[in-house]
Amino acid sequence: MDSENSACGNPNPNPTLGPSKLMLAFRFLRALSLVHRTTPASSRTCRGRRIERAAYASMAYSAGTGRGWSRAVLRRLHHRARRRAVAPRRLSTTAGNRAEALRQLVPGGAGMDYCTLLEETADYIKCLSMQVELMQGIVDSSSSYGP
Amino acid sequence: MSNRRSRVSEEEINRLVSKLQSLLPETRQRGAGRASAAKLLKETCNYIRSLNRDVDDLSDRLSAIMATMDSSSAEAEMVRSLLRS
Repeated sequence: MDSENSACGNPNPNPTLGPSKLMLAFRFLRALSLVHRTTPASSRTCRGRRIERAAYASMAYSAGTGRGWSRAVLRRLHHRARRRAVAPRRLSTTAGNRAEALRQLVPGGAGMDYCTLLEETADYIKCLSMQVELMQGIVDSSSSYGP
Repeated sequence: MSNRRSRVSEEEINRLVSKLQSLLPETRQRGAGRASAAKLLKETCNYIRSLNRDVDDLSDRLSAIMATMDSSSAEAEMVRSLLRS
């Protein structure tokens, strides 16, 4: 772990192993329950958007502040009301600005060096797919009940 | 930039790109061996986009499910589904 950090110039001293699924589930269910209590029953779309925000929020909180992508997600969530357009920091590394499309898909990707971007992408994908699995699981078991 | 330093970075980048490949679902890995880095990055982007769409879609479905439940049974159902997985 240490050697890869120094090779990439990664400033994070404690690379995360990824959130445990249970922790993620706990946070997400708590957020879902809050959405359920506070959103009027009639506004399905509004509730859907809140649930989506809850999904990304619980992902990011579970990942903690040790990851660039999770910090970026939390910043975005907290500044949602202000909606400031922040120009991405342009890097002029010898590797160039590779992977522009990827930078736009990974939160905080615009300001990362290429090496860090690849690491962050891997972690982001792991967390995102875990979140999708979790949500799918809830939908699947809920669907097996009722009419 | 010294040649030695760029060689180390190149290895590191290859390792990270391989790691990304291993995270892509089977259907996107397309065949044996290492695809080019550019292709892999493109597949990675497609995968992230499809995951984002999944979250969007599942959020909508959860919203519909919640609409049919009262507060206490919704939470109980979620805990039950969690314990089952």
